[in-house]
Amino acid sequence: MAFGAFSGETVVIEQPRRRSRAALWLLLPGVVYLAATYLAPLVSLVVTSLKTPDLTNFDIGRYQYAFEIGNYGHVIATYWPIILRSFGYSALATIFALLISYPLAYFIGVTLRTYPLWQALALILVIAPFFMSFLLRTLAWKAIFADEGPVIHFLQSLNILPANAHLNGTPFMVIFGLTYNFIPFMALPIYTSLERLDLRLLEAGSDLYANPGSTFLRVTVPLSLPGVVSGTLLTFIPATGDYVNASPQFLGSTQTAMVGNVISDTYFNLQDYPSAAALSIILMVLILIPVAIYLSVTKTEDLL
Amino acid sequence: MRRNWGVGIYSVLILALLLIPIGYTIVFSFNIPARTNVTWRGFSFDNWINIFADPRVVAAFVTSIGVGLLATLAAAALGTAISIALVRFRFRFRTALTVLLFLPMATPEVVIGSGLGSQFLNLGVDKGLGTIIVAHIMFCISFVVITVRARVSSLDPAIEEAGRDLYASPAQVWWRITFPLLLPGIVAAALLSFALSFDDFIITAFVRGTTETFPTYIYTAAVRAIPAQANVFASVIFLLAIVLVVAQQLSAAARRRQLAREG
Repeated sequence: MAFGAFSGETVVIEQPRRRSRAALWLLLPGVVYLAATYLAPLVSLVVTSLKTPDLTNFDIGRYQYAFEIGNYGHVIATYWPIILRSFGYSALATIFALLISYPLAYFIGVTLRTYPLWQALALILVIAPFFMSFLLRTLAWKAIFADEGPVIHFLQSLNILPANAHLNGTPFMVIFGLTYNFIPFMALPIYTSLERLDLRLLEAGSDLYANPGSTFLRVTVPLSLPGVVSGTLLTFIPATGDYVNASPQFLGSTQTAMVGNVISDTYFNLQDYPSAAALSIILMVLILIPVAIYLSVTKTEDLL
Repeated sequence: MRRNWGVGIYSVLILALLLIPIGYTIVFSFNIPARTNVTWRGFSFDNWINIFADPRVVAAFVTSIGVGLLATLAAAALGTAISIALVRFRFRFRTALTVLLFLPMATPEVVIGSGLGSQFLNLGVDKGLGTIIVAHIMFCISFVVITVRARVSSLDPAIEEAGRDLYASPAQVWWRITFPLLLPGIVAAALLSFALSFDDFIITAFVRGTTETFPTYIYTAAVRAIPAQANVFASVIFLLAIVLVVAQQLSAAARRRQLAREG
């Protein structure tokens, strides 16, 4: 059910699956489209990542087909601290988003169950950020946490921050921005799991003399695990590749650069397409490892 | 169920946190116009009245609306067809297909973007409006499938069988029974697709050439100053989307009540 949280349908009617040529015509256009626009570009990335500078044309951004495996060694040697930092920031943001979102999802999915109107309202508020420009929201945080902004003034008046303190450009802000941005992606799948939770199971737990704490840990948490796994993937994957929050124009600085910033810099500014492609492939492989572990633990049919 | 006030108060605070930057953006659409829109100077309707004052904002906004509508339409068609096949038919390579649909959602945007960028470069395709639409259709399909597939799964095939028994042609069964029943799911999928397309920055940046969409315009303008009209357009879209979502929720609630009465 990894991403099914977005649909809101809960009824499933068992339908006999027929074998028919119609399936081919229904599938063909979409599958061909995805093959051409998703799979082919991945192949293109691999091909590009192995190119070498064009020796007959010294213009910037000119490369020729080759098999230069050394490109990978070069980008790993140059950028490994940034790759490590990306995964660190993203892991922290994922943990914070989980800790923040779980109680929220529990409140909406379980506590508000007897108040459908409030439940619907709370859900709309959770998805509301999807409808406001992500870049403008991030810039709003930048203004709120600016050196002359309300947050720094407040913290300075309490003597928590020194007079010349900055928040923008620090790792704290980048992780804060990532956490904020992915709370809805974390909260929605957990909500979907908890909303289906049969409350009689909790009663059964307390009937069997479990205290609320151990009922929560041994009944609620395991039953909401599919939602937690989905939310974690939905947060961790895009957060690791994000470069808006960490960009100096937004919440970060050159000291907080993530792998996405490097890819976009090498691609757009240096036009070093092989390095950008090699970094993309490395990022993809490093991300697919945890996803593959998830695949082997759950059944693939449950992916969507 | 014991009332848990702690969790309640905590949740309200988190919901407030989610809304702070949205509120900020809307409030600053009402700022008194000046060269920059960073400090608050006082309330005014000027930016809303002169909504079309900055031609670059208008052009970027119109481009994003157009891209969003076309990408949504195409992704909805391709995705709905796949959803029906997934629920109704048996075929080989089902697992491979599931993985193919899952992967675009599990790939970081920057990888998809640089991949498409390299692809268009290697093929010598000029980047622009067309390549943006091609990219947006791709990342919307998977989200359409997960949304519409759930709706197909909740359909009782007996209703369509009844139609066939009454000598309806396949086209009639589709347009008068299946499609109307799937419509709520397709509408939800379309809303999601449009929101994803309209707000996409990272993938778009790699395939846009010199075309400006609303997000790429904001990213470029952020270096200097973002005109308040950008806040106005973002607020308009936000309010419109919220109205649509509320309407959808209300109609779903009404449908449930009606079903409960009839059942």
